[in-house]
Amino acid sequence: MPTSSTHRPLRTTLRAVGFLVATLAAACSKKPEIAPAPEAAPVAAAPAASATANPGTPAIDTAAERARRDAARVKARDDSVAAARMLASKTAAELRATLIGTVYFDYDRAELRDDTRAALDAKLLILQANPALRIRVQGHTDERGSDEYNLALGQRRAASIKRFFGDRGIDDRRIEVVSFGRERPAVSGEEDSARAKNRRAEFEILAGGEALAGPR
Amino acid sequence: MRRWLAGLSLIVAASPAMAQGPGGVRIGLTYAPGVKPGVLVALATGPMGDSASALIGRDLDFGDRVTVIVGSALAPATAQAKLPNYALLAKLGAAGLVQLELSLGRLRATVHDVGAQRVLDTLSVAVPGAGGTRAWRAAVHAAADEVERILTGTAGVARTRIAFVKGGRTWVVDSDGAFPEAVSDGSALSPAWRRDGGALTWSTLTNSGTRIQVKELGSGRLLGLVATPEGLNITPTFSADGSAIVYAHGRESGSDLWIAPVAGGDARRVTVGRGSDNTSPTVSPDGRRVAFTSGRAGRPDLYVADLDGTNTDALTDLGLDDDSYRSGPDWSGDGRAIAFGTRINGQFQVAVLSLRDRATRILTSEGKNEDPSWAPDGRHLVFTSNRTGHPELWVVDAESGRVRQLTRERGARLSAWSPRLPATP
Repeated sequence: MPTSSTHRPLRTTLRAVGFLVATLAAACSKKPEIAPAPEAAPVAAAPAASATANPGTPAIDTAAERARRDAARVKARDDSVAAARMLASKTAAELRATLIGTVYFDYDRAELRDDTRAALDAKLLILQANPALRIRVQGHTDERGSDEYNLALGQRRAASIKRFFGDRGIDDRRIEVVSFGRERPAVSGEEDSARAKNRRAEFEILAGGEALAGPR
Repeated sequence: MRRWLAGLSLIVAASPAMAQGPGGVRIGLTYAPGVKPGVLVALATGPMGDSASALIGRDLDFGDRVTVIVGSALAPATAQAKLPNYALLAKLGAAGLVQLELSLGRLRATVHDVGAQRVLDTLSVAVPGAGGTRAWRAAVHAAADEVERILTGTAGVARTRIAFVKGGRTWVVDSDGAFPEAVSDGSALSPAWRRDGGALTWSTLTNSGTRIQVKELGSGRLLGLVATPEGLNITPTFSADGSAIVYAHGRESGSDLWIAPVAGGDARRVTVGRGSDNTSPTVSPDGRRVAFTSGRAGRPDLYVADLDGTNTDALTDLGLDDDSYRSGPDWSGDGRAIAFGTRINGQFQVAVLSLRDRATRILTSEGKNEDPSWAPDGRHLVFTSNRTGHPELWVVDAESGRVRQLTRERGARLSAWSPRLPATP
């Protein structure tokens, strides 16, 4: 049985974040020192995710669809627990690499993909563990579309990441956003693989990046 | 008719407002619609005369309203000499004749109607400095524009400049590609002219965001628009009276058009995009309406609204296919048309929307062509094309479809055509 002393930091974290995932208890009883990344408004998030997957088509809420979503949610939670466990053993340099790792977007979209959410979950844990940390999120696009409109799209991408962190309790003032549109591609070329690498957000540490602590 | 034209020949420079004479008689050569009359530009006398003739001949050629025949010895070069052989000129296909004389710092032009065997008009302009300098060429371009007005009733656009972006800086180049000049440092985007040609505005990209700047070209004074200091501040354009900037501003929920005084003061929001992106405004000639790019219905498309944000309307039928993408509108100086970029088979092409019947014409097909900007004649457009393998500026005549390459800069883009400029830079 876990002791009350190992439970207290977890409860404090959860209270601070402001909500409780229903399936948390099971995870806690196994590895009480690791908190899964809090999942913002799970009810609202699911339709948003399915709308992203099928833009323009109404979500069909069949039992199979519900089961698929539930499975995805459980997997995401397990992944985030695993990510937190992994982060806890990382060096400051490794944490820094996780924090500034680039995330990617679908064409002409600012909505967060599942793989992007998983990467942001790990970054969130680092932001939570390092209250002095301030970052800037840079939104970028591929070379399709107009130079001007792409600057606006890059801004929406960076802003959607800021909102992801904000919804999970990160202070507004800790995240700056900037768009570079298609002005600073990561790779040159107009083939699909190059475009996929350019539709991205990069992360820059503005303050508090020295000796990063892992989640505990 | 002949008597009337003869009376006019003594007027040195009729105003452009006189394009239609009394009783609706048109000044200039009479010619069938769609047929470009031949105009012979005789070699000018005096030092640098060859250069002046060549420049004026090329300016008339770029004007796309006449077919230029340059440098024949058949026509005497000065008006003082005996009358030209009109019959022979007519046989050579010339409907008009331009005689030029350069002396004592002045360029004199005599413009003949060959068919009517009359002088249409004459002009005389000061041509300062040594031949080929910027001031000299500016004066000769201005003379060419006036010659075109005498010949066709519509002034040319040779004495204009085109702003563009290359290597992150804003550049300005003469309408014929001469004298490219960098006018900004840093990472500039989307330059636009004030309607008097005396200032440019652009967006500058920094590591922390985009800012709007205004540069007075006479004094070189650079000032920043501070009404919305943070976030995204892009695609500026001057209001009709030049006192305010209309631009796209966004922070954390899409971008909207805003308007802010150049002299300082609060910005006011124009569009309500509810989280969508609204960019690239272009103000109507009467200053009351603004056309812009918006993603409010999904795909980027063109909209128009009053400058106070009311009466928003889609300019085109919404594109139904997934590839639909219309952006970067530019309102013509005569108010009749809006040029824009539209994606066709995955490539941007330059298109023109007629506001009278909402009909769209596609003007380009070779390579990727985007970001059109109207010349002050409402007929020519400058745009970016990669047809040579690199982004370069090209000019298209919207009536004939004829194109010419303006820059050889490898990377020129985001161009903006100036209004007509004074003869003296």
